[in-house]
Amino acid sequence: MAVVQDVHGHHDHHPSGIMRWVTTTNHKDIGTMYLWFSFAMFLTGGFLAMGIRAELFMPGIQILEPELFNSFTTLHGLIMVFGAIMPAFVGLANWQVPMMIGAPDMAFARMNNWSFWLLPVAGSLLISSFFVPGGAAAGGWTFYPPLSAQGGLGVDMMIFAIHILGASSIMGAINIITTILNMRAPGMTLMKMPMFVWTWLITAYLLVLVMPVLAGTVTMLLTDRHFGTSFFNAAGGGDPVLFQHVFWFFGHPEVYIMILPAFGIVSEIIPTFSRKPLFGYSSMVYATASIAILSCVVWAHHMFTVGMPAVGQLFFMYATMLIAVPTGVKVFNWTATMWRGSMTFETPMLFSIGFIFLFVIGGFSGVVCAIVPIDIQVQDTYYVIAHFHYVLVSGALFAIFAGVYYWLPKWCGRMYDEKLAKMHFWLSMIFFNVAFFVQHFLGLAGMPRRIPDYSLQFADFNMISSIGAFGFGLSQLLFLYIVIKCIRGGEKAADKPWDGGTTLEWTLPSPAPYHSFETPPVIK
Amino acid sequence: MSSKSVMTLVGSVALAFYSSMAFSSKYNFQEPQSVIAQDIYDQHIWALWICLAIFVGVFGVMFYSIVKHRKSVGYKAANFHHSTTVEVIWTTIPLLILVAMAYPATKTVIAMKDTSASDITIKATGYQWMWGYDYLQGEGEGISFYSKLSTPPAQVTNKEPKGENYLLEVDNNLVVPVGKKIRVITTANDVLHAWWVPAFGVKQDAIPGFIRDLWFTADKPGLYRGQCAELCGKDHGFMPIVVEVLEQEKYAQWVADKQKASAAVVTTAAVGN
Repeated sequence: MAVVQDVHGHHDHHPSGIMRWVTTTNHKDIGTMYLWFSFAMFLTGGFLAMGIRAELFMPGIQILEPELFNSFTTLHGLIMVFGAIMPAFVGLANWQVPMMIGAPDMAFARMNNWSFWLLPVAGSLLISSFFVPGGAAAGGWTFYPPLSAQGGLGVDMMIFAIHILGASSIMGAINIITTILNMRAPGMTLMKMPMFVWTWLITAYLLVLVMPVLAGTVTMLLTDRHFGTSFFNAAGGGDPVLFQHVFWFFGHPEVYIMILPAFGIVSEIIPTFSRKPLFGYSSMVYATASIAILSCVVWAHHMFTVGMPAVGQLFFMYATMLIAVPTGVKVFNWTATMWRGSMTFETPMLFSIGFIFLFVIGGFSGVVCAIVPIDIQVQDTYYVIAHFHYVLVSGALFAIFAGVYYWLPKWCGRMYDEKLAKMHFWLSMIFFNVAFFVQHFLGLAGMPRRIPDYSLQFADFNMISSIGAFGFGLSQLLFLYIVIKCIRGGEKAADKPWDGGTTLEWTLPSPAPYHSFETPPVIK
Repeated sequence: MSSKSVMTLVGSVALAFYSSMAFSSKYNFQEPQSVIAQDIYDQHIWALWICLAIFVGVFGVMFYSIVKHRKSVGYKAANFHHSTTVEVIWTTIPLLILVAMAYPATKTVIAMKDTSASDITIKATGYQWMWGYDYLQGEGEGISFYSKLSTPPAQVTNKEPKGENYLLEVDNNLVVPVGKKIRVITTANDVLHAWWVPAFGVKQDAIPGFIRDLWFTADKPGLYRGQCAELCGKDHGFMPIVVEVLEQEKYAQWVADKQKASAAVVTTAAVGN
């Protein structure tokens, strides 16, 4: 008994130096590693984006030969989706979910360590594939066969990386589901959970549902490439379109995997800085759930040009348009939360408002893309590029920034530099729109995506877009500076630095103790 | 408001409208050249107006709130947090708007899929990286040729100034008559490609081992340019599509010339033997 108590007394002790990070089972340490990893990947993917935009700055081939250009777009997509955005949300979940539900740590602490340490392996596979014979995969982040059957070793490395990333995501998701369902503080019923926890619970279910499908798809591709099967090869009785169906059965829920936690973050921040409870909490929960369910029956809207029968096109068009309804409900609820609040506009709030504003534009172009006849024109053009960067950059990424600024005082015990952070917001906001708004016009006027060179009528908009992209990329270095500055010093943060905060993490000291709640709080 | 200022206003609006027309193909779809493309164009404009109205409504309210309901002007927060009535209203209205958008779209989808009773059928085959065309049925039956990018590589590598139709020009145009229903069957030889001509509102993936089809009827003669729209490898950006629409007589002449030329090839081959 004495031994047990002794261990208990030394709870906060952990190895120091590198071994602390390698062996840690602590949700905060792992959350921190997730976030730094995702930022490193964000810079890597960003570097590739800068290469793409530099090549597209002017007509003609200047910097990247076409094949390398294709590798850049492919790896930019894969790294940003699987390396930057998804791990960032898992990192936020690791830090926040236990604190917000009144738990000491995640449910499966060792698995948590494992699911993180898989990521650097997958990340290095992706990056090092640039240096193998034949270069990195160049078939687009969607790696449609038969093109993806043509590549070299780089494609196999990509397939292996996706397997590893998938395994990591599934473990992370199981961990989050178990934590949320079993470790809530007494009295915290499901319908009392913070929205961020709710959205992550639903997201985690989506992950468990679709990541195995992706694993299956890439395995089939792998066996087609090396073991003589013909799942996607018409000459052997297979069907290239089958790949697209299976891929997008994963791929569309994946889109919501990257946006639902963003909805959750924004649903925490808007009420805090409006000093008013979230409007329509239960309808927010139902809207999130309906988006998740609908997201599983809309996959073929990515494939309106493969030549489906009219009935198929119409079904997927109607189902896709339906998603606008729960998404609209969310936007209206956020607006109603702000309405007659007592608002202040610190950086988390600015990023959240920026999120709503630009996400709605992305939502509009989403509805436009859902309408089959219009999609026939804009599919695989820059219009689609503009659309999904509006929902993934000014959507998911802006929400991640909002969340980081919101919780940074809790994590570090210090306030970030508000002035610089606001500058980061405005620079991001302006340059983002310079980079991506004009791409709508490029797409409408007929510029296909994934081309290294373009005809002359697209020249001026491409130049504007590139300038915006360079500015956006540079602005993110400011973010790095702000975060490092906050970690190293600065004004001490109060336990509850935002006076409107109502969730449990604000009842803990700042910085939060190594083990969040050793005794569960009681929720009335 | 004085009549002079009204005139100025009307004048400047008209000027703005006119200049936007002049630039329209830069900011909008290319000028539609078929019934379907026109439908798409109109539905897109209709969708934009709806989006704009919603945008102004939602953000009007939000920005009013941002200006008025802020702590710095001493506004005290209210405490309401739900209302079933408004929830029902803002679920129902978007549904109705969506129906209004889906109805015309449905009609167009059905029209786009009706490839029956075509006058001419042409097979378009995607290759890495060019198109092959075979006239399968109708006037011109039997004609067959490849169509490759004709922009000189020196222009791509910036050694020569770029021409007007840089990357949008081919050695052999796909030639069709005006006002006839053209059915294009797509397939591919190696990887996925997509046959896309924006002016006709047609885009269809070309899938190796499978055939798909599309149709269009060109409104007037001219040259219409499009590109491959599905990533197909290194030279995906360098396999354009050019459709040359001719008057009926000129088309008949073109067919005759083509057939004579191929007959000559056959004869030469026969003589050679």
